[in-house]
Amino acid sequence: MYPSDYRYTKEHEWIKVSGNTGTIGITDYAQHELGDVVFVELPAVGTVIKAGDVFGTVESVKAVSEIYAPVSGEVIEANASLANAPEIVNSDPHGAAWLIKIKLADPAEASSMMDAAAYQAFVSEKEASA
Amino acid sequence: MRYLPKSTAERREMLASIGASSIENLFASIPEAFRLQQSLRLPGPMSEQEIIDYFRARAAENSCGYTSFLGAGVYSHLRSVVTDSLIQRGEFLTSYTPYQAEISQGTLQAIFEFQTLMCELTGMEVANASMWDGSTATTEAVLMAERLTGRHRVVVARSLHPEYRQVLDTYTKNLGLQIHEVGFTSSGQADAERLEAAIDTQTAAVVVQSPNFFGVLEQVPQLAELAHNKGALLVVAIAEGVSLGAVRPPSEADIVAMEAQSFGLPPSYGGPYAGVIATRDKFVRQMPGRLAGETLDTEGRRGYVLTLATREQHIRREKATSNICTNQALCALAVTIHLCLLGKEGLQELAVQNLAKARFALAELEKIPGVQRAFSGPFFNEFVVELPRSVKMVNADLLKEKIIGPLPLGSHYADLTKRALFCVTETTSRAEIERMAAALREILSKPV
Repeated sequence: MYPSDYRYTKEHEWIKVSGNTGTIGITDYAQHELGDVVFVELPAVGTVIKAGDVFGTVESVKAVSEIYAPVSGEVIEANASLANAPEIVNSDPHGAAWLIKIKLADPAEASSMMDAAAYQAFVSEKEASA
Repeated sequence: MRYLPKSTAERREMLASIGASSIENLFASIPEAFRLQQSLRLPGPMSEQEIIDYFRARAAENSCGYTSFLGAGVYSHLRSVVTDSLIQRGEFLTSYTPYQAEISQGTLQAIFEFQTLMCELTGMEVANASMWDGSTATTEAVLMAERLTGRHRVVVARSLHPEYRQVLDTYTKNLGLQIHEVGFTSSGQADAERLEAAIDTQTAAVVVQSPNFFGVLEQVPQLAELAHNKGALLVVAIAEGVSLGAVRPPSEADIVAMEAQSFGLPPSYGGPYAGVIATRDKFVRQMPGRLAGETLDTEGRRGYVLTLATREQHIRREKATSNICTNQALCALAVTIHLCLLGKEGLQELAVQNLAKARFALAELEKIPGVQRAFSGPFFNEFVVELPRSVKMVNADLLKEKIIGPLPLGSHYADLTKRALFCVTETTSRAEIERMAAALREILSKPV
C-alpha cells in the first residue's frame, strides 16, 4: 500500500527524495479521510518553505485541510494537473497526484521520518482506536 | 433552532439531567463578585391589550407627511406588499441558517435565485449568498483582494461613502493594512491622476464607488486599467442598486460590493439591509461566505446544495476566510422577490424615472439665485449643489415646511460645508419637488 522508498509524517504527507529534490504529496489514508477532493491550493514556484509550515490546502466536499511541509526547501514545481483534475488526489495519491517538488535544504532531513512500515503501523493504530 | 421560554417543569428536568440542583447551583462556578445580586430592572408583564396600546402610542409618535430628499447610501423606493407577505411565511421568517443545508431546499433555491440576479445585475460571474450590508461587503472585498494578491496596501477614493471608509478603518485597524485615500476632481469623480500615482506594486486593491457618494458615476473602465497595470484589483462598491437599471454594470471590476437595500428593503435606522459580493469565477475560493448551487440528485431531479461553504467559520474556525460574514437570508429573499416583481423592464423603467426626476429637481434648484450645481460629472438620482449659506441652517427651515432637506456634506467633508447632497427617487412627486424648490427659494431670499 505505502511505497517503501517514501518517508511519511504524522500529518499524513509523504516525501520521496531523489538527490537533492523532494516530491511531496498526501497519503492514501489522508485522501480517504478527506473524502472527494474538489480543489487543491499550492504555492508558487520559488516559495521557500520550512519544515512544519503550511504550504497549501486540500479542499474536499466536507472540509478544507492544511498541508504541512515535511522538510525545508524551495518550491521548484507545483503539480499543474491538479487544477483541472483534483480528483486524482483520491485515485492516485502516491503517484500522479504529487503536490509539489522542492529543492531540499538538507537532503538528509527526511531520513529521520517514518518509513512505510512505521507509517503503516501508525495508521493501523489510528484506525483501531477510531 | 427555537427561542421559546421554558416552563418550571422543563427547567427542573433540564437541571436534573445535567446534575444541577438549582439555577443558583448551575452558576455556582461564577464568583460571587461577578454575579448580579438583584433582579433586572425591567417593567413588569403586560396584558395583550396593554401591549397593543403601548405600541400604538409609540407608533403615534412617528412623524408622517414629510417629503425627504435624503439618500446618501439608503434610498426610498416603492415596495410591494407582496414582498412582505411572502417573507413573513413561517418557513422563511423563522428558519435559522441552514447548517444542515440540503434539508432546506426552499431556502437554498431562494439563495440560488438571489445569486443569479446579483450576477446579472453586476456583470460578474459569481455572487455569494449575501453579506451583512454594503459597508461590510466593501471591507470583505478589500480583505479578499489582500488574500488574492498577497499585497497589503489599498488605495481608496474619498468619493467612497464616508461610513464605508469608517467600517474599513475599523475592520483593518489591527491587520497591518495600509490605506491611502485619494481625492476627487471638479467633476466629482475620483482623481485619476493622483490615483495612478498612488497605485504601486504593493497595492492590493483600488476601491471606488459608482455612483459615488456624490451621486456621480466613476469611470470604471479607466480606473480598472490603472489598477490592473500595477497588478492591483479593482473593487467597485454600489450603494444605489437601482442605478444598474440604467447604467452599464462595472464588469471591468474584479470584485463588486453592493448594498441591496434599494431592492425592496425599507429605509430604517441601522438596517437590516443586505450586502452582496460578486466576483470572477477564478477568485471564488477567496470569496467570503457561502454559495448555493443547483445540481441533480441520484434520480436526475433538480436540487440545491451548498456548493461552497467549507471555508466558513463553522468548519474552519479561526482559519475561515472571514469570521464576519453573516449573511442576510431573509433580506436577500426580500430582494429576490422584489426584483422578480419588477422584472428587467420594470427595473429599467424605474431607473429612468429616477434619472428624470433627479434632473428635473436639479433644473428647478438651478433657477434659484445663488444655487449652483457643484460637480460636473454624470449622475444618477443624487447630485450635489452649492448653496449660498450653511446647509444645516437651510435644512432647519425646510423642516418647518415638512421637508427633510439634503445631506449637508460638511458633516463628512470639512471642506464642503455649503454643499448639499440631494436625492430624488420615483417616490418623490413633481409637485413635491416644486414645493421644495419654492420653499428653498423663499428661505434663501430672506436675510440670514
